[in-house]
Amino acid sequence: MPDSIVTADMQQMIGREVDEGVAEVTTTSCRLFARAVGHTDPIFYDEAAARARGYRGIVAPPGYLGTPVVHPGPRSMITVPVPIAELRIPYKRILDGGTAYEYFEPVVAGDTITSRSKITRYEERLGSIGPMLITYHETAYTRQDGALVAKMYGNVIHY
Amino acid sequence: MALNTQVYFDDVRVGDEIPALRKACTMQQLVMWAGASGDFYQIHYDPDFARGTGLDGIIVHGGLKNAFLGQLLHDWIAPGGFLRRFGCQYRGIDYPNQELVSRGVVTRTYEEGGQALVDLDVWTENAAGKKTTPGTATVMLPRR
Repeated sequence: MPDSIVTADMQQMIGREVDEGVAEVTTTSCRLFARAVGHTDPIFYDEAAARARGYRGIVAPPGYLGTPVVHPGPRSMITVPVPIAELRIPYKRILDGGTAYEYFEPVVAGDTITSRSKITRYEERLGSIGPMLITYHETAYTRQDGALVAKMYGNVIHY
Repeated sequence: MALNTQVYFDDVRVGDEIPALRKACTMQQLVMWAGASGDFYQIHYDPDFARGTGLDGIIVHGGLKNAFLGQLLHDWIAPGGFLRRFGCQYRGIDYPNQELVSRGVVTRTYEEGGQALVDLDVWTENAAGKKTTPGTATVMLPRR
């Protein structure tokens, strides 16, 4: 195992919440997402169908939050949470290790969602692809009325 | 597709397999996902770029496979259930135009805080039967 690449600065990032900004959940982006996945349930496309099923509007499909398209601003192509993007990691290659979502309430078009992310821990490993750093992260999604609607847990592999 | 038939908590047993969801992503679907998700990493739509990184060709986005698991679960529990939790690890590469089947098996049924909950193992598997995205989920189901 080579020397640790986790610096003191990186250690200090653990648990520090970084504001990822505010994004609007829109009818068009929900439909686009649903179409890309191949969803057939009309609640992801049609306002009347969604309301008839008790939702406040067109429903954001599972996995919608957390994709880079909902990050506001010109850095929206970043595919890792902002605190990880800001780390100085000597490894050049990157893989998404996994994603899990926890939902507390439905997210619908018209909601405005604030995202806050933090790094929760690092793990260094010597794998078949060489030395790697696994960074575990967590994002909390809060609606405009203050309700926590979802959380995302994931890990990013640098190698 | 079980959208018209509600699954009730009372009828679910540990070991039950839920209806599988079959996909074979075309390059077009990967491009649609890139646009919808905002993940424009070129290994998912530019074959030359993908081969330059050592891959055999463009590969399916992990996020798309995760979203397939979301669809698998949504279609099983709709209209009256609620997807509480789902996720997976990206363990294997999938290439487009190959069958990719999303599956789930019930591992636990229980009540918590007055809610009827079901835990599942979920995954996508490739044509060789290898689980490329193993994961877990928790759903809330209505009672009869």
